[in-house]
Amino acid sequence: MDRNLAEYIRDTTSDLIINKNAIVMGQCLTAVGWVAGTVPSFENHPNIIELPMADVAGGGIAVGAALDETRPVIYIVRYQGFLWYNAISIANYAAKSFELFGVPCPLIVRAIGMEGGIGPVAGNYHLSILLRMPGINVFAPMTTSEWNFAISKHFEENTHPTILGEHRSAYNIDFSLDDRLIERSEMNILALGSSRINSKFAQELLAKKGIRVNLFNLFKLAPLEWPMGLLEAIKETNNCLIVDSDYEEWGPSQTIAFKLSKLTGGNIDVLGLTRKSAGFSPASDNLTPSVSQIVDKVQNLIQYK
Amino acid sequence: MAQFLYECGPSNERWYMQMSMMELSSQLSIYERMYKIRKFELRVRDVHQDGKIKIPIYLGVGQESIAATISEIFSNGIPIFAQHRSHSYFISFGGDLSLLRDELLSREETWDKGAGGSASISSESIEMFGHSGFMGDQIPIAAGFSLVKKRPVLGIVGDASVEEDYVLATLGFIAKRRIPMLLICEDNNLSILTKVEVRRDWNLAIVASSFGCEAHEINDHPKSIWEIIKPWNQMGPLVINVKTTRHLWHSGSGQDEVPVKDTLNDYKLELLKFVDIKHIEDIEARIDCEVDAVWTGI
Repeated sequence: MDRNLAEYIRDTTSDLIINKNAIVMGQCLTAVGWVAGTVPSFENHPNIIELPMADVAGGGIAVGAALDETRPVIYIVRYQGFLWYNAISIANYAAKSFELFGVPCPLIVRAIGMEGGIGPVAGNYHLSILLRMPGINVFAPMTTSEWNFAISKHFEENTHPTILGEHRSAYNIDFSLDDRLIERSEMNILALGSSRINSKFAQELLAKKGIRVNLFNLFKLAPLEWPMGLLEAIKETNNCLIVDSDYEEWGPSQTIAFKLSKLTGGNIDVLGLTRKSAGFSPASDNLTPSVSQIVDKVQNLIQYK
Repeated sequence: MAQFLYECGPSNERWYMQMSMMELSSQLSIYERMYKIRKFELRVRDVHQDGKIKIPIYLGVGQESIAATISEIFSNGIPIFAQHRSHSYFISFGGDLSLLRDELLSREETWDKGAGGSASISSESIEMFGHSGFMGDQIPIAAGFSLVKKRPVLGIVGDASVEEDYVLATLGFIAKRRIPMLLICEDNNLSILTKVEVRRDWNLAIVASSFGCEAHEINDHPKSIWEIIKPWNQMGPLVINVKTTRHLWHSGSGQDEVPVKDTLNDYKLELLKFVDIKHIEDIEARIDCEVDAVWTGI
């Protein structure tokens, strides 16, 4: 892997600015770190636009900019919890513009998840805010190839907004997050968002314990596209655990579980964030299911299979 | 600096002096546009009362002079970002009346299959963008469009939607970025039926001026509007709070009381001081014919 995800996003953004006259908008983009190294450090570049601390208006300005579909517009929401403000015009104008008025509004939104000691708003993964709205394409890319796929798909269509649900925990990883199928598996894990990292290590730990589990990764959320072989694998073992970094209740995982249950007839369970606000202290935090939590859940499900 | 209410009218000597600065042809064109909007909207009112229009409608009867004058100034067009109560902009900028009729009648052969209704008029031909339904969200959207396209834009709000926090935040943005937005607040003093004085103590022209925008408060006489907008150099934002009078209900076609002011009628009387009545009657007859044809046989 020659570049990590953060470097890949930075370089791709640089190419888009230079070669496609792309606009990058957001708050504090040019501050220390350049959004965790994902924004090219072009000082005073006219295409990198610092917006005021006005999240609702900022989202609207980005949507208006994207009505010029001849050039890419990338809107950066530095913490997904900020989507509660920023999503208003994205969900209610950009998502509907093509369907209602025939006017494309192909805004690219980079909504970045984070967790661990960052508090009740900046913490956690909140894609479910936008997943329920028709007219929005949502991806949760955790690797360079997935980010590239999402962007390519966006430009292929170039009519609707695309949400890239990134997660800071994936920016620096130097290993792959591919699907890993094991012969004669007893169970399947379908992992979303940053839970894919812990799910990968959970699968490895389970293997050491002699428990054979398939691992599937889902990043094409809306429109929903199943990983290759998932449905067949569930039909074979009759079970699946969905692991998510969003909330377990009323989050994407329960909807996905319902769909999988209808499609396969299997027993589908979910494991995500508990229904509580995240504080700053370790004792009050609300984190993506850990490796041991995933392992315990799988063992428990297999026991009662 | 904010500039406040212009008093223009037949009793004001300044009016006669300044009328000469506005070509007679423009004055008559503005009257024609005003009359066309009024005529069309009164037909909409009648059709609504007959029960043939079944969606919520937002009529701007009484407020015609604003769209009419702006469209005369921008006769080559300007991207329009409006919200509900904007039939006037569609009509005065040259939108197809039969399409607007079909939209109001929820006919599926319209440009958007009737999706926008009365509240979200859009038109590719006159570059009028649709509206989401969130009052005032067209203003940040217009700002973003102008920023990227580097073109002047027209943003329309009412005295209530201008109170939305994202509109106020956008005032700061368009001032900072010198975005060429003409932001018009059609101030009919009513949010449904709640008056401005009940809702706030601040004045748009003062607030916009504080943000760094050129800002004015004027009445809705075409002359007042013309005098402020015509010299605009489009090098930065221009914010105008236009005091006007809504004759009918917020939504629907009813009327609570006879309006205290009718700018269309006042303007006609002023024009008749130096234009032959036959000329005005010819304009009205032509518009009557055009609008009647649109609504005949629905």
